[in-house]
Amino acid sequence: MSLQNLLQDWSRYRRGREEGGFHNYEHMWGMSIDLNLCIGCNACSVACYAENNLAVVGKDKYEKHQAMHWMRIERYWDEPDLGEGRVSEYQQHGASFLPMNCQQCNAATCEPVCPVAATYHTPDGLNAQVYNRCIGSRYCSNNCPYRLRYFNFYSYYEDSWPEPLNLQLNPDLSVRDKGVMEKCTFCIQRIRVAKDKAQREHRVLQDGEFTTACAQTCPTSAIVFGDMLKMYDPNSTNPSSKVIELWEKHQVELGVTEQEKHNPKIRGYRVLEHLNTDPCIMFLDRVREV
Amino acid sequence: MTTDTRDMRNIQEDYSKDINEDIHWAKINEDVLRSMENPRMGYWIAVGVSLFLLSFAVIAEIYQYNTGMGPSNLNWPHMWDLYIATFVFWIGMSHSGTLLSAILHIIKADWRKPIYRFAEAMTTFSLMTAGLFPIIHLGRLWNMYWVIPYYSDRGIWPNFRSPLVWDAFAITTYLTSSALFLFVGMIPDLAICRDNAKGWRKKLYTALSLGWRGDDRQWRNFRKTYLLMACFLIPLAVSVHSIVSADFAMSIMPGWHVTTFPPYFVAGALYSGCAAIITLFILLRYFFRFEEYMTIAILEKTCKLTFAISMVWTYLLFIEFAATWYGPDAVDKELLIGKFTGPYSPLFITMIFLGSILPLTLAFEKFRRNIPMMFVVSLLLNVGMWLERYMIVTPTLSLSYEPFAQNVMWPSWVEWFILLGSFGWFGLLFLVFVKIFPSVSMYEVKEMIFHRRHLANKEIAAVMHRRLDDAEKKPSTTTPEPGLEGA
Repeated sequence: MSLQNLLQDWSRYRRGREEGGFHNYEHMWGMSIDLNLCIGCNACSVACYAENNLAVVGKDKYEKHQAMHWMRIERYWDEPDLGEGRVSEYQQHGASFLPMNCQQCNAATCEPVCPVAATYHTPDGLNAQVYNRCIGSRYCSNNCPYRLRYFNFYSYYEDSWPEPLNLQLNPDLSVRDKGVMEKCTFCIQRIRVAKDKAQREHRVLQDGEFTTACAQTCPTSAIVFGDMLKMYDPNSTNPSSKVIELWEKHQVELGVTEQEKHNPKIRGYRVLEHLNTDPCIMFLDRVREV
Repeated sequence: MTTDTRDMRNIQEDYSKDINEDIHWAKINEDVLRSMENPRMGYWIAVGVSLFLLSFAVIAEIYQYNTGMGPSNLNWPHMWDLYIATFVFWIGMSHSGTLLSAILHIIKADWRKPIYRFAEAMTTFSLMTAGLFPIIHLGRLWNMYWVIPYYSDRGIWPNFRSPLVWDAFAITTYLTSSALFLFVGMIPDLAICRDNAKGWRKKLYTALSLGWRGDDRQWRNFRKTYLLMACFLIPLAVSVHSIVSADFAMSIMPGWHVTTFPPYFVAGALYSGCAAIITLFILLRYFFRFEEYMTIAILEKTCKLTFAISMVWTYLLFIEFAATWYGPDAVDKELLIGKFTGPYSPLFITMIFLGSILPLTLAFEKFRRNIPMMFVVSLLLNVGMWLERYMIVTPTLSLSYEPFAQNVMWPSWVEWFILLGSFGWFGLLFLVFVKIFPSVSMYEVKEMIFHRRHLANKEIAAVMHRRLDDAEKKPSTTTPEPGLEGA
């Protein structure tokens, strides 16, 4: 049984190596986040808390850095050099915001280090986390260069959702107990529901049919979510999507460690892609008047 | 000779001799067996202190088990902290015994013979301590057996690519092998104990000595087994700490992703193991009055060995600095600067002082012969080596690629209690060991004395080497045949 699995995995791995690209993938979920549009309102983060049953840990635990914000808005205030030698004493343009959720790396560093294979790559191009399998060695979080994995340091279900707040919990996914690692799943419960529905109706999943909670909530539509498989697998029956348009427009590709760009006006980049993690989220640089 | 009641502590020791060749063999048995009976008050105090320390860890672990990993102050991104640092520390300590008994056995350094037994025990017990830490640090430790590859009807196996799984294999293999090595090496001594014991001890030693009669065939088989296990253990010891270093080296984090980590960790392990041997050497010498076996000359040799290893470790440490400094990785360089200037810099600089500068004292004969000083130095060296492990784990977690996640974390009482308790646990195991098993190898000390006599006096050697068929020869031919050496 498992030998068969092993051989299947091996042949799939060899094919990916020899022919390149993504074979036998059902989807390749990806995202584009436009930092020009991001106003740092944290609505995506709040939506994520509501959608994914994230525990609200409280002020003291937040200060101890034990919070679990799968989608976090990073604020950078520091702007030392405004170019052309002009150094400003004051913050002229406000904070810089960087929404960070799991980058769903195709060469994820968290996957090989898990001792019990609780985190693995799905045929959807997702980096999945199996809560029931997790034993909490926390190696994945240590090996995530983006620090996007959060650990349940306590059992929160009593403190975080006292009666009757437990009724607000999303029934589509579990509430995690102490000792389990968790992270952004690209709202896998929504993906599952949409895929099931499409299958029942004997059709392919359409772009924009559903989206993640963060993308749905973003007031400026800075976050665009979609399937990118068509970009890499021409035989795929999946439709083209808005994400593919954006990635192509900004000349960002999967599977490279350095994007080739000739036009400086093209803003797309992926965070820490030189580490060869191959993240599935493209950021569009913020352009400012200096 | 049994009436010889000289108190060796009051006479000036001959520093040039590893051991006094005139010790009567019966006296060796007597001295070692004496160390195993009638615990004095000091022993019970030591047991009490160990239990007290252990109780700290038990309380902290019960609390942590019930509450989660939160009270230990672990946070995002400090997912590992003292637990893993201390785990590496104890694994490092376990390399002492292998070094003394296996490596020095193979290179025929016979001065190891009076001191290797407790070093081997230290190997086994520090592994038993180290093995607890990866379990303690798990978020759901009740599921720890999932790391072991067992056939399950769910068809799930551990992830064989993960260094943590390699760790589990490496540690269990090393623990089994070193415990077996300790036991096999002890069989002739256990037979001596059996012949002198009464009551439950008699039963225990009878079972453990496996019917040892000390006949020729048994000795031959014993020698072969022992040598074979020594040869097996050396690559194992090297691989265990290389695999522990792979926990860090296989990651992509700056400060962990270092090619020289395997040899660096092995050198660090031998270093802290040697320092711990000096500590326990002095304690046993003092408490069990083993001055005649654990001589200053042997202490000096151990110190010299520690010094050599400390310099190897220092060299590898500075290689790591240089490789980072002249390397292309900006984040790695930033981390190195952060180690020297950031919030953890006092610990880091202390580590370099204790690990690289303090061992210079071991280079001077005057200091090496000063027992109280060597005791303090050996403890400080181990503090330095513990800090080294802490400074490998924590600064990387504190300062890595993601600037938003950078923060400083100091461990809470839970982590400190469990750290303290590990010393209690180790101490307890060791204290039980020294009263139940001979902590000095009787048969090997006899062997050592025999060989020393042989070296010192050719005539005695010839007499002792004389075999039955030699009796017909003229007794005046006193030069031994070369083939008879090393009986």
